[in-house]
Amino acid sequence: MKSEAIASPWGGGASPFAMGSKKLGMWLFIVSDSLTFSALLIAYSYSRLNSPNWPRPFPFNPSIIFATVMTVVLLASSLTMVMGVSAASRGNRGAAVKWVLATMLGGLLFIGLHLREWFHLIGEGLRPFSNHWGSPLFGAVFFGVTGLHMTHVAIGVIYLGIISLGFGRGKFSAEDVEVSGLYWHFVDLVWMFVFPMVYIMSISPR
Amino acid sequence: MSDHGYEQSAHPPVTAKTFVWVWIFLVGLTGIEVFLGYIQLEAKLMLTILLGLSVIKAGLIMSWFMHLKYERRSLTFWLVPAVLFCVGMMMAYFFWDSIRLGQFRLR
Repeated sequence: MKSEAIASPWGGGASPFAMGSKKLGMWLFIVSDSLTFSALLIAYSYSRLNSPNWPRPFPFNPSIIFATVMTVVLLASSLTMVMGVSAASRGNRGAAVKWVLATMLGGLLFIGLHLREWFHLIGEGLRPFSNHWGSPLFGAVFFGVTGLHMTHVAIGVIYLGIISLGFGRGKFSAEDVEVSGLYWHFVDLVWMFVFPMVYIMSISPR
Repeated sequence: MSDHGYEQSAHPPVTAKTFVWVWIFLVGLTGIEVFLGYIQLEAKLMLTILLGLSVIKAGLIMSWFMHLKYERRSLTFWLVPAVLFCVGMMMAYFFWDSIRLGQFRLR
């Protein structure tokens, strides 16, 4: 009973886009999550364009250099993830688990650096609803956008922890590792928009 | 191997070297962004270039790291326009208002 219609992706017989439902589900999640971040970044641009006294509080040295290091750490964790995924697809469980653990370390380092930066800015008087530099919306935008991103990184670290544990014990398949990789790369991708828009566009004028 | 999921074997193997090259490109583009911030171009020009670079970086990450290059083309043609359409709607309906409000204030 394998007629052409049933076997077609739209007939429900085959898997749409020739991929597993977990992977397709993750892609759908990524699409919806990218719209969440788009909305936040558009709201940020809207507020900024609208405020005559939008602050640009980040001196190139040290703020931007610090944020650049954070960016490279996150990018490096994406590279280790991609190595983990390809090790997993080759069936090399041990190597895959090690690469994923390295990715988690990268994520933790990113969170650590980011929190350090947060506490530094809080020390300088930045609050979600006020600051000494200009429009009070700056704090809302800064903590809102980077906070949501940091939450994604933290959830990613937990997610990867579960995946690496399960994959090491043979409970999860290589596809599960690949799906978690998609999530991790997406978090990296979001930062590629947050970094220029929130940091580089806010370098203090010389 | 059965636990490889769907179509794994159909993908052409991507070597570690390719991934490292993509990564070097990503870091290089980040370097250009930081340099632009250092020389401080005029805001509109800088934003345009920065967003252009970000889109290129997003494309690199999606194509190689997220493997979209080796999935069915139809997936890309389904996902990317969906996102662009929704972002376009947000821009078209809400964003221009911010410029209008700015003009009100100036008067």
